[in-house]
Amino acid sequence: MEKVLTRNVGIEGSRTIEVYRKRGGYETLAKALKMDPDAIIEEVKASGLRGRGGAGFPAGVKWSFMPKEPTPERPNYLVCNADESEPGTFKDRVIIENDPHLLLEGCLCSAFAMRASRVFIYIRGEYTLGAKVLERAIGEAREAGFVGEDILGSGWSCDIVVHRGGGAYICGEETALMTSIEGKRGNPRLKPPFPAQFGVYGYPTTINNVETLSCVPFIIERGASWFASIGTDERNTGPKLYGVSGHVKNPGVFELPMGTELMEIIEEHAGGMLREGKALKAVIPGGSSTPVLRADECRGLRMDFDSVAKAGSMLGSAAIIVMDETTDMVAVMERIAHFYAHESCGQCTPCREGTGWIEKILRRIRRGEGTPEDLDVLDQVAANMQGITVCPLADAAAMPCRSFLEKFRDEFEHYVRHGRSPVAAG
Amino acid sequence: MFDEQFEKRADEILARYPRRESAVMPLLHLVQEREGYVSLAAERWVAEKTGVSPAHVHGVVTFYTMFRTERHGKYVLHFCTTVSCMLRGVDHLLAHAKEKLGIEVGETTPDGLFTILTVECLGSCGTAPVVQVNDDYYEDMDIERLDALLDALAAGKEPPFPPGPGPRRVLVEGD
Ligand SMILES: Cc1cc2nc3c(=O)[nH]c(=O)nc-3n(C[C@H](O)[C@H](O)[C@H](O)COP(=O)(O)O)c2cc1C
Ligand code: SF4
Ligand code: FES
Repeated sequence: MEKVLTRNVGIEGSRTIEVYRKRGGYETLAKALKMDPDAIIEEVKASGLRGRGGAGFPAGVKWSFMPKEPTPERPNYLVCNADESEPGTFKDRVIIENDPHLLLEGCLCSAFAMRASRVFIYIRGEYTLGAKVLERAIGEAREAGFVGEDILGSGWSCDIVVHRGGGAYICGEETALMTSIEGKRGNPRLKPPFPAQFGVYGYPTTINNVETLSCVPFIIERGASWFASIGTDERNTGPKLYGVSGHVKNPGVFELPMGTELMEIIEEHAGGMLREGKALKAVIPGGSSTPVLRADECRGLRMDFDSVAKAGSMLGSAAIIVMDETTDMVAVMERIAHFYAHESCGQCTPCREGTGWIEKILRRIRRGEGTPEDLDVLDQVAANMQGITVCPLADAAAMPCRSFLEKFRDEFEHYVRHGRSPVAAG
Repeated sequence: MFDEQFEKRADEILARYPRRESAVMPLLHLVQEREGYVSLAAERWVAEKTGVSPAHVHGVVTFYTMFRTERHGKYVLHFCTTVSCMLRGVDHLLAHAKEKLGIEVGETTPDGLFTILTVECLGSCGTAPVVQVNDDYYEDMDIERLDALLDALAAGKEPPFPPGPGPRRVLVEGD
């Protein structure tokens, strides 16, 4: 496939506005500003673009919830989610660090379509390089008249602010993120009201992922049908960034058509298994919160929203974590459990207590002190956390736990019986 | 509490936001960048600047793991121990660092040079394992590269290689 989102990656000076404009950058913004904002929303709807942040909600549909006539007292806002904290995920960083102006142009085109007068880019605190790159790019874009008052004489004004997080995974969740922009602790809040009615400072707000927004200029430039022609079907469209990590020879981010087969991604693009002769054991397909797949479930699996859901997992952030036969699955699960226990914001009891319990029980099993009953308790605790909390972090913690238990039950039982892992390294 | 130039930078940050309270985190980052940590006096300064209570600021400081309430070593080594880094051998790397520096996670060397911390996924999983030294990501790390880096920093020299990805390794101990 022709590179789209990553076409400027690796090009000398790709961070600068000169190089970006030489390669056609900001021409789409000029085109967009002459369009009817609603026509842009319709185009994005027709493209089939679904959110790349994890949930896969259709972007154009989300945008259509925004008020059509914002007032100075109640402006519309756009937030770009650059928190990128789901373990295994490192794709947005590629755009941010290599092609910041693509992200800015995507933000501006999208903000114009939603009649938003301000964009916040919420970037995780650890991405200091990314934040600097974005700040510099915004300065360049402002000087060139693409950010600020009366952009390109259109009468539309829009400002962009980079807001750095402080090292809290939960702030990737959209309501926590907005709370964080308001200068508070990042506790999620109940929905409804949805952000399009009540977002940052209570103003109508839309939140989209970096990769989602970066698709928008191409949809405007080349048309919805071009975008929709890439991918599995009309519900799973466009170019997609897949991040592959773990036991492969050539980990990295690969831009491929939505719905590329998982085994093709692993074997052809990521160079195959790291260690010669070691077989694939399991894959986490979409970041650590998505249910794990056994090797036999990976064959023939297309990496798009609906296919991965049908296989019992989720495309999530398309963060593919590959594990070979030497992997101690109980140890991996313990690491994942630790992450969610560490990142729970603590305001819902099932999440705060449940994530802690899961971690503690797994730790006990790993120490060789587990009992057969522990396995059932683990599954029950996880089951009781699902679907009842303020935000989906509790589900994000429960899903991997239950899937690891179900699919690698024998390894957990071996641990409980013999006090160690059945794999050689354990 | 701060000099004029610093106050001016703070005011520039405040001006970016429609509401002052949004500047709490950016100002905390600014303070920590300069002082190495956030003192109670700094919390009060941020509160005054942004119009919220000192208790509110303290709540924010303690919620976000990046804000520190005490001084750390000159170089803070953040080892990512999350899944992808674990699969690529971070445990060996961390054990090596602890032994070499003679400290545990959360401790600082007596000379005040190094602090070891573990952190959750840094978004560098494709170039795992990663060690973040202060702000900089050193990626594709192995024991050899870590030794070279720590030795240079301990000797007060420039790091022997720039931050970012390293040479692609096919296999190292611990993978
Ligand atoms: C616990 C949690 C963490 C999340 N972290 C991120 C994140 O780091 N980046 C992101 O884009 N979306 C994240 N999301 C999803 C966002 O809440 C939101 O759905 C997304 O940013 C919307 O953008 P999209 O529609 O373009 O995908 C997270 C959700 C949850 C529940
Ligand atoms: S589910 Fe967990 S992270 Fe989400 S609001 Fe409740 S306690 Fe916080
Ligand atoms: S798991 Fe270490 S950077 Fe992602």
